[in-house]
Amino acid sequence: MKSINLDYIAATPVDDAVLQVMLPFFKEDYGNPSSGHTLGEKPRQALEDAREKVGRLIGAESKQVIFTASASEANNLVVKGLIAAGKKRGNHIISSAIEHFSVLNQLKTLQKEGFEVTLLPVDRHGLIDPQALKEAITDRTILVTIQTANPEIGTIQPVKELAAVARENEIPFHTDATAAAGWIPIDVDDMGVDLLSLAGDQFYGPKGAGALFMRKGIRVRPLIEGGIQEKGLRAGTENVPAIAGLGEAAKLAYETMEPRTQKVASFRDQLKDSLFKEIPHLHLNGHPEKRLPHNLNISVEFVEGEALLMRLNMAGIYVSSGSSCTSQALKSSHVLQAIGVSPELAQGSLLLAAGKDSNVEDIPYITEQFSQVAELLRKMSPLYHQYLKEGKINANVQ
Amino acid sequence: MPMYSEEVMEHFTNPRNIGEIENPDGIGEEGNPVCGDMMKFTIKVNDGKLEDVKYFTFGCGAAIAVSSMVSEMAKGKTLEEALNITNKQVAEALGGLPGNKMHCSNLGADALHKAIQDYMEKQGIQPKEQSSERSAGNE
Repeated sequence: MKSINLDYIAATPVDDAVLQVMLPFFKEDYGNPSSGHTLGEKPRQALEDAREKVGRLIGAESKQVIFTASASEANNLVVKGLIAAGKKRGNHIISSAIEHFSVLNQLKTLQKEGFEVTLLPVDRHGLIDPQALKEAITDRTILVTIQTANPEIGTIQPVKELAAVARENEIPFHTDATAAAGWIPIDVDDMGVDLLSLAGDQFYGPKGAGALFMRKGIRVRPLIEGGIQEKGLRAGTENVPAIAGLGEAAKLAYETMEPRTQKVASFRDQLKDSLFKEIPHLHLNGHPEKRLPHNLNISVEFVEGEALLMRLNMAGIYVSSGSSCTSQALKSSHVLQAIGVSPELAQGSLLLAAGKDSNVEDIPYITEQFSQVAELLRKMSPLYHQYLKEGKINANVQ
Repeated sequence: MPMYSEEVMEHFTNPRNIGEIENPDGIGEEGNPVCGDMMKFTIKVNDGKLEDVKYFTFGCGAAIAVSSMVSEMAKGKTLEEALNITNKQVAEALGGLPGNKMHCSNLGADALHKAIQDYMEKQGIQPKEQSSERSAGNE
């Protein structure tokens, strides 16, 4: 039985080199980084090494990096923490319609509490217009938070231009770089962002470690109060093995960026070409060029995503879908809705996220199985038969 | 992917009675692509019984398994018997459905009843009271 993962956006395996860096901190060097004695030394050093490695991945100084347990936590620390710090007076936050739920759901809650929220629209490729940001800013705006790239459709935002608009207006600019970090070059100074979130499990690090870059001068209040770990911004004994793993993953991601992402993009492009050549009525979602190298999102017309996912799973091919049936909330993807994908095509959407070990030799098998599954499900779809009939009617008219 | 019973997986993998009857005696559609599930049933009636039941389904694993199960349950039944098939019975016959799939995907009996009602209307047969309980057992 084949086992082909095309869902590396959900999880990546921990790299062997990363695991080796993590292992000593479970038993051998298990000490608490806060301890004043010898047992605290290696763990404390591991945190600082990791901080430097993460900093290098995003062009930041190590002292600007704060470790969290996830990118979701980092996003919460930004939004809730900035409001709690209350440095800039106001009640208006600007974000986009296609953010991750760890941003959107916070904003929904804030709206109920009386905050004003502007969710900038996106074009059919998922891009945000910097001019729209300029027009949305008011003298009450306290934060702009816009993702670096979208995890679902892969579209990469013009963050540099967007951040420049925020900076002109002296408003802190945060970018959720969870999907992008490790997959495209990131430089916080070049981008001009004040805050940036990431997580190591997106690039072959362990689950349970994320990071927040925070520029000097930005003030946030901690979500978790207690000890003075992470400069008092995140109480609780540090998850040293996971943070050490995140650091090593960041180092590897930085060092292998160009060849690794070129290889993955080549796999993705060849897979896309193969699928579109063999299977009729496919639609690409997201931007044709400005997209993450590992991301391919397609809608398979006339069929539903969960059925596709289940059939592909039976063939040993693992994908995810933006259909309502695959979401716990039973709502189809808010991202596809925002870029104007019709409800029917959103139901038939599949996200294929490649990884560094994706092999072009698997493409013929994937294409063959994909083609069979699409044909089988179309043959039982009332929408497909309606299309065939109407096609005939049109032909008769002509 | 939700946890499906063995029966659901079996019907999803090998769905029975797919298709569309030519010149059907009744047609019934339920659902729409916006909510994610859509079924179209066609029936052939002979001597007061469902001689043939076929369907096309756009939908998730549960929706496909439900359509297949309904077609099996209904085939050979009298119209009255078929009208008494409830969504709940279909779910039970499938070894249960995940809670969040009970409402959106469990449309098979409704679509079948619509096809039977379509036949009855064409024939000028008055539907009995119980046949209007389309959603009975849908909780």
